Amino acid sequence: MREFDYFEMRIPSKTQYVGVARLTVSGLASRLGFSYDDIEDLKIATSEAVTNAIQHAYVEDEEKQEVVVGCAVYEDKLEIMVADYGRSFEFEEVKEKVGPYHEETEVEFIREGGLGLFLIESLMDEVKVLNENGVTVFMTKYVSREQVNAHVETDVH
Amino acid sequence: MDLTVNIKTQQDNSILGVISGEIDAHTAPKLREQLLAIDTKSTNKAVLDLAGVGYMDSTGIGVIVAFYKSVIADGGELTLIGLSPRLKRLFDITGLSGIIHVEEEA
Repeated sequence: MREFDYFEMRIPSKTQYVGVARLTVSGLASRLGFSYDDIEDLKIATSEAVTNAIQHAYVEDEEKQEVVVGCAVYEDKLEIMVADYGRSFEFEEVKEKVGPYHEETEVEFIREGGLGLFLIESLMDEVKVLNENGVTVFMTKYVSREQVNAHVETDVH
Repeated sequence: MDLTVNIKTQQDNSILGVISGEIDAHTAPKLREQLLAIDTKSTNKAVLDLAGVGYMDSTGIGVIVAFYKSVIADGGELTLIGLSPRLKRLFDITGLSGIIHVEEEA
């Protein structure tokens, strides 16, 4: 038997579906026994990845505009893959340009965007980005051991 | 997954914006439009109540930052109130709570 269950969504590249993607991931995470905070982290990371795919990757040909969200559900972790087939970007280069805000930044220079990747890296346990025929973000979050135990106990009582 | 924004001028001439719902890539443009339409020149204090915000990601952060810059440019100050522990965490992780004055929900 395969060690994980696989879910896949193909989402039209429109912002109104970002919420649907994160709620689906939230449902899967809830079944795995993730804590409330971890589920909220997964919702944000998923939204950020899907939003990035929608906003940056596509340039033309509306018909082909869709984002694929794949979820591998393991016993103790959730792997989420978000792929688009649009324009690639240099992840390392982008990563260097983004990051948390600093108190000493002059007001007029405070960025209004570009925090998506930073948040994904902050909220997930592992993040990998593949840059071939579009961008694919792989991100993993583990169910913490205490959570698994707590979940099992809840089932017993 | 809708967003409502209720903006009113208080008796002390400060502006209070009450935001409820989810702020993501779909709703953020609407929020941006409504916040940036506020005449921040006529007041020196703006307050955004986020107690009713159940979800926010970096798109919401971007809008808040844009509004903050607008308020500051007009010589005012901005306070965010009613932050849930989740929102507070988001503002802490992004470093924004070191820049904008935030207050957690009571």
